[in-house]
Amino acid sequence: MRSQRRASVQGLLLLAPALFALGALTLYPTLWVCWLSLQRRIPIFGVERFEGLGNFFFLATDPRFWKATQVTFVFTAASVALELVGGVLVALALRGQRSGARVALSFLLLAWALPSVVTAKLFEWLYNPAAGLVNFLLGGVALNWLGDPRLALPGLIMADVWRTLPFVTVLCYARLLAIPVELYEAAQMDGAGAVATFTRITLPLLRRILLIAVLFRTLDALRSFDLMFVLTGGGPAGTTETLTVYAYRSLFQIVQLGLGSAVGVVVFALVMLVAWGYLRALRHEGLAA
Amino acid sequence: MIARAGLPRSPRDWAVLLALLAYATPFFWQLLTSLKPEAELMVLPPVFPSRLTWEHYRVVLGQSVMLRALINSLGVGIITTVLALGLGIFGAYGIARYPIPGKALLLLLIVGGTAFPQIATVSPLYLLMRALSLRDTWLALILANTSFALPLVIWLLTGFLQEIPVGLEEAASVDGASRPRAFRWIVLPLLAPGLASAALLTFLFSWNEFLFAYTFTATEASRTVPVALALFPGVFEVPWGDIAAASILASIPPVALVVGLQRYLVRGLLSGALRE
Repeated sequence: MRSQRRASVQGLLLLAPALFALGALTLYPTLWVCWLSLQRRIPIFGVERFEGLGNFFFLATDPRFWKATQVTFVFTAASVALELVGGVLVALALRGQRSGARVALSFLLLAWALPSVVTAKLFEWLYNPAAGLVNFLLGGVALNWLGDPRLALPGLIMADVWRTLPFVTVLCYARLLAIPVELYEAAQMDGAGAVATFTRITLPLLRRILLIAVLFRTLDALRSFDLMFVLTGGGPAGTTETLTVYAYRSLFQIVQLGLGSAVGVVVFALVMLVAWGYLRALRHEGLAA
Repeated sequence: MIARAGLPRSPRDWAVLLALLAYATPFFWQLLTSLKPEAELMVLPPVFPSRLTWEHYRVVLGQSVMLRALINSLGVGIITTVLALGLGIFGAYGIARYPIPGKALLLLLIVGGTAFPQIATVSPLYLLMRALSLRDTWLALILANTSFALPLVIWLLTGFLQEIPVGLEEAASVDGASRPRAFRWIVLPLLAPGLASAALLTFLFSWNEFLFAYTFTATEASRTVPVALALFPGVFEVPWGDIAAASILASIPPVALVVGLQRYLVRGLLSGALRE
């Protein structure tokens, strides 16, 4: 019993520095941001007072907040759905690869590994109305992708899909390689066609990894900021302003620390809600571990 | 299994390879743009320039901003990686090898930590950095990035440590080796590939990180590459060629890691996602 206690003390001592760092730089700021969100703080006017839930009441009737919420949901749903379908298709193509898979995978992972600010710059140039490759490949049209309120969000989503589809592919590809070939041979002997093989064998075996991919990608999409902030800055006319961009603008451009923190708290709550929901769903399916 | 070296040997394999090469077009287009003469930038077609030029790289590296940003990013990235791994390895060892009360909850919190949205803590961290007079210093970025990367590092290393049989260390202690000695000479060598994966992901995260860097920095003294790129100066016209060159410079470390150390990168990616 005594040695058991000594062992846990030793274990905690080993953990202490990491826990201290996380406590000081993640947990403490998390509590602090909740406190900030209950205040009215406008440093340039010297305003600093407790307001209770005032910021949240304001957000509840703030059209800009609801617009940003809608953009966030559309962005998340569309990019995760496209990444999932595209990611699985590319993984299927890669699986049949007998030679040169490493080089092929490099081209794919390249898109994933670049800083998102670089991705924003790549697509800003691709979408250039006068000399952009996209308009040229579409047959010399003169679409103003990032300046047109109808095209900016689809343009942003495409950039995000390009950047994060490889993640889904790598997860699925690794899973596909682990499926025994005999399973497919047996299906072939039973006369199953390509579609039946995919829906009856491949897809059920990919199910768990796809759920995990959806979870990771949804959480990432909900909290993503860099790409839209640099590519469109939330414009034109707020059509690409997500909750994160709205939070940032409130915090550091309008300098309303309380209001911006309240939006940050909403993003935090959304992310935790989604994570909790998925974990429950996974456990419900008995798929944990 | 995943990494199979060499070039394709069948037409089908070539088709897939070329399709993925096409997938990377946005990057190669930027590479081509960075080498185009200024006068040919805004004309399309032709797709290929009449000649290639290093002019844009000369301009970008001639300004102090970008060169300084590359140094800042490299410094912040390396120190963040060392610090996060240093803290993470002891923490993970504690979790994997010692009977800590509330371990399951602790692990859940750590996994939750990997999903943490930066936008939620950027305002208090900004106030904290200002109060500590750390604004516009490397240290502000190193502290923020380390705390952000730490949950993933602990999560990855705990998993890798659990794959190493405890019996090895016990055998060593029977032979009279102390726990630190057993850790140094038995666990650490076996953990090396896992450490490499965690280090790669941490460095990439730090190199790519934008929100903290954009908020906590004010001048060249600490601006990292993504910030310098986002704030790239254009007085009258957007200097597309210079921006392209700067983007390519910013991409060198990630591209080098993807090409050179793909195995560790994929391993880290997979084990981060595949456990629970």
